[in-house]
Amino acid sequence: MPTLTINQKSITVPDGTTIIQAAEKLDIEIPRYCYHPGLSIAGSCRMCLVEVEKIPKFQPACNTRVSEGMVVHTNTEKVKEAVSGVLEFLLINHPLDCPVCDQAGECYLQEYYMKFGLYDSRMDENKIKRHKAEIIGPHVILDTERCILCSRCVRFVNEVSHSHEIGIFNRGSQSEIRLLPGKILDNNYSGNVVDICPVGALTDRDFRFQCRVWYLSETKSICPGCSRGCNISIHSNRQRPHHAGGRRVMRLKPRFNAEVNHWWICDEGRYGYKFIDDPSRISLARVKEKGEFLVLTLDQVIGRAGEKLREALEKVGRDSVVVVASPRLTNEDLFVIRKFFGEDLGLSQIDFRVPDQNLASGDDFLLRADRNPNSRGAEAVLLDENGFDLTQLLSMENSRKLQLLCLFEQDLTKTLGEAWAKKFLQQFEYVIYVGSNENETSVLSHLTLPSATYAETEGTFTNFEGRVQKINQAVEPLGDSLPTWQIVSKLACALGYRYNYENAEEVFGELAERVVEFQDLAYEKIGDSGVEIPDISKVQV
Amino acid sequence: MPELVVLRDVQDSELRHIEDYLKVGGYQALKKVLLELKPEQVVDEVKKSGLRGRGGAGFPTGMKWSFIPKNVDKPKYLVVNADESEPGTCKDRVIIERNPHLLMEGIVIGSYAIGAHCCYLYIRGEYYEQAQILSLAIEEAYQHGFLGKNILRSGYDLDVHLHRGAGAYICGEETGLLESLEGKKGWPRLKPPFPAVVGLYGCPTVINNVETLATVPRIMERGADWFASLGTPKNGGTRLFAVSGHVNKPGTYELPLGIPLREIIFNYAGGMKDDKVLKAVIPGGSSCPILTADEIDVKMDFDSVAAIGSMLGSGGVVVMNEEACMVKVLLRIAKFYAHESCGQCTPCREGTTWLKNILQRVNDGQGRPKDLDHLMGIAFNMIGTTICPLSDAAALPVRSFIQKFRKEFEYHVHQKACDVAQVMV
Repeated sequence: MPTLTINQKSITVPDGTTIIQAAEKLDIEIPRYCYHPGLSIAGSCRMCLVEVEKIPKFQPACNTRVSEGMVVHTNTEKVKEAVSGVLEFLLINHPLDCPVCDQAGECYLQEYYMKFGLYDSRMDENKIKRHKAEIIGPHVILDTERCILCSRCVRFVNEVSHSHEIGIFNRGSQSEIRLLPGKILDNNYSGNVVDICPVGALTDRDFRFQCRVWYLSETKSICPGCSRGCNISIHSNRQRPHHAGGRRVMRLKPRFNAEVNHWWICDEGRYGYKFIDDPSRISLARVKEKGEFLVLTLDQVIGRAGEKLREALEKVGRDSVVVVASPRLTNEDLFVIRKFFGEDLGLSQIDFRVPDQNLASGDDFLLRADRNPNSRGAEAVLLDENGFDLTQLLSMENSRKLQLLCLFEQDLTKTLGEAWAKKFLQQFEYVIYVGSNENETSVLSHLTLPSATYAETEGTFTNFEGRVQKINQAVEPLGDSLPTWQIVSKLACALGYRYNYENAEEVFGELAERVVEFQDLAYEKIGDSGVEIPDISKVQV
Repeated sequence: MPELVVLRDVQDSELRHIEDYLKVGGYQALKKVLLELKPEQVVDEVKKSGLRGRGGAGFPTGMKWSFIPKNVDKPKYLVVNADESEPGTCKDRVIIERNPHLLMEGIVIGSYAIGAHCCYLYIRGEYYEQAQILSLAIEEAYQHGFLGKNILRSGYDLDVHLHRGAGAYICGEETGLLESLEGKKGWPRLKPPFPAVVGLYGCPTVINNVETLATVPRIMERGADWFASLGTPKNGGTRLFAVSGHVNKPGTYELPLGIPLREIIFNYAGGMKDDKVLKAVIPGGSSCPILTADEIDVKMDFDSVAAIGSMLGSGGVVVMNEEACMVKVLLRIAKFYAHESCGQCTPCREGTTWLKNILQRVNDGQGRPKDLDHLMGIAFNMIGTTICPLSDAAALPVRSFIQKFRKEFEYHVHQKACDVAQVMV
């Protein structure tokens, strides 16, 4: 454990630590372009040059390992001059087209110029003309004039995605990022190169010209795209509602979590947010009368749902009601479903498992075959001693009359296929659909309640490894929609039960008391990067 | 006539075939080394001789060899740098053409000293004929049992592979060369780790210049003390000086280290052509800061040339007379480095081309008053800020040319014309 000083501040760090890492621990900013903690060291941008006493030449902080007694300076006149010199070199052929560049506002050329540059330009020559606005893959666009050749993207495709689509071609000032012959940047992790590009060379086709980044708000969340539970930030635009056709969620960005996804997310997850502001959103509650949908207030429709539920229970009995929850719901949603339907009403036919007829596959990196964010949580909350298995019910020819089906975020038409879904739904007198988006199943329901998406609510998901992670509310629930736990609470109230949870945290408090897998867990302890519960992994494989 | 080391037997002839080489006592040093000496003894002898790398940097060869870790399972490699590309330098070519087996003998001794059983000889692509010569020499050495299995029944094995480069100057930088040899783009590597620990294919590797290795058999033959006595202290032996430019007898001359530059130009190279006035000399290849006519009494050894702010470099002495326009010469040099920068490090990638563009303007009579300060400032920011020395090599001449010939540059800027004679007054 060597001890070194950087700018007169002393710190002891593990062997093998580099100066740039030690400086980070001391909150000393060393500018960098090519250095990225998730990639190999290139050492070529030369922005992180520092002075080390007893070494005559500048040392790159990214590649210099600390040693006992090392004395490092990052703020001497010599270093400042060198760094501003490097910045000047980087900018001489840069087009300085910030007003039309998507990266503006989160560009490290801008950032570092203000912090480490502030020189008067000496460049008086013609800038080198290069390839501009080239579509290099389904998600990424390349502007080689803005590129500073830090090689992060090249190292990413070589070292992380192992897809080898791009490289640096030519030599000297003619060097350029190009696609390898016959390749396009098309892999399920391609969007990450946009995140790691420190300038506006690689921008996101999806986000391009949609919104200036300074209008964006960031909300910490979890990707609902699969059971990995990659940590993300939801970037939403609440300041300029007239931009991008009123879309509120503008993009998702990966959020570092050393235990889950490091710096990365897959493209399927990254671009899978569109449903939040899609025209297919169910924003108002409705009932079907004489084959026509009738929009009513949420409370009216919940009242109607309560009546239908009471009717089924009183006239036919508990085994005439089936509840199909979803592994897309939060632990809190699932707990309130369990509490109301299972414990208060005493129903036993509650499940969330629907045999998916179009099984997806995962990959050997982040994407999991199970495209639901909370299968593990649903198992812990909903599967208990009752032993009900929806699959059996689905595959049985039922002679007994089923009265009411309550579907939560379950598009059976898609999972089961149209014929099977219709056959199943027809066995019920009445179908209630609670969900966020319209689909072929929701339109078949008799009563529809609008639920909030994960971006509009808070709560927790449990990933496939048993890690409980928190989602936070980025935007307001659309229209009359509410988080599922609130809808179920209202339904319970309509039937005379007392449900007055203030927020997801309160639900979680009760969940932690009642469900063994969550015991001793406090909502605030989950923090931004989640908590792994060892017990839960033993419960189910 | 001073004593010759490398060119001893080939002053006026060539020893291309092994039979000729054997007739003059060839491969005897190798026999002595393999049969009588341990590798450590060879390293010690070379250390004692004071031999410094002839590629340009002048790093002590014996010390370089001793950096190879002893107890590692990985194979070790000797890589011969025959990528002679520094403008003004053509000494390795003379060795290869006239005495290829001397190089081969040095290769086997060097490989033996560092424990390598495989050697790569990397030669610049433009040296096609020279590659043919080496290819033949390797073949002959195998036939005579100086390469291959159980060399001279010593139990020592060595294979040598010839590899032709594709013409990039940067592949003469030792780690750029390794990358190229591995089939990659010739981008110099970030150090540490150094090649002695992580070199070719991740294995301990020594990279030596042709002239360095060709010197080794002589050291083993005549002894370290003899070799050291030829030069000046800390600068043992001789050097091949490739003299070009405005002299009567351009050519490659082997002379003891420490010989005054004046003697090289006026005694050996026959003095100035057409009796013109000497104006400037580049002492060691295009990357070395230029010397004025007043500075030619410098002793041509690594330390003396460094003491006056230039470098002995690769021994390419470029002599210029009063008619040489310094702006034009510098522009030519700047063009070369802009063309050869690999583009990896920011200061070099951008700086070399920027320098070239400004110099082009100045040369074309479109200079601006601030250009000279800008050139100096850009060069300053390029020195010591990159992975390899190419950036320095491009910047140092700019600094020295403008410092020493500022009036000439100013004339270009202000008068929009070149008038060398006026400045010389």
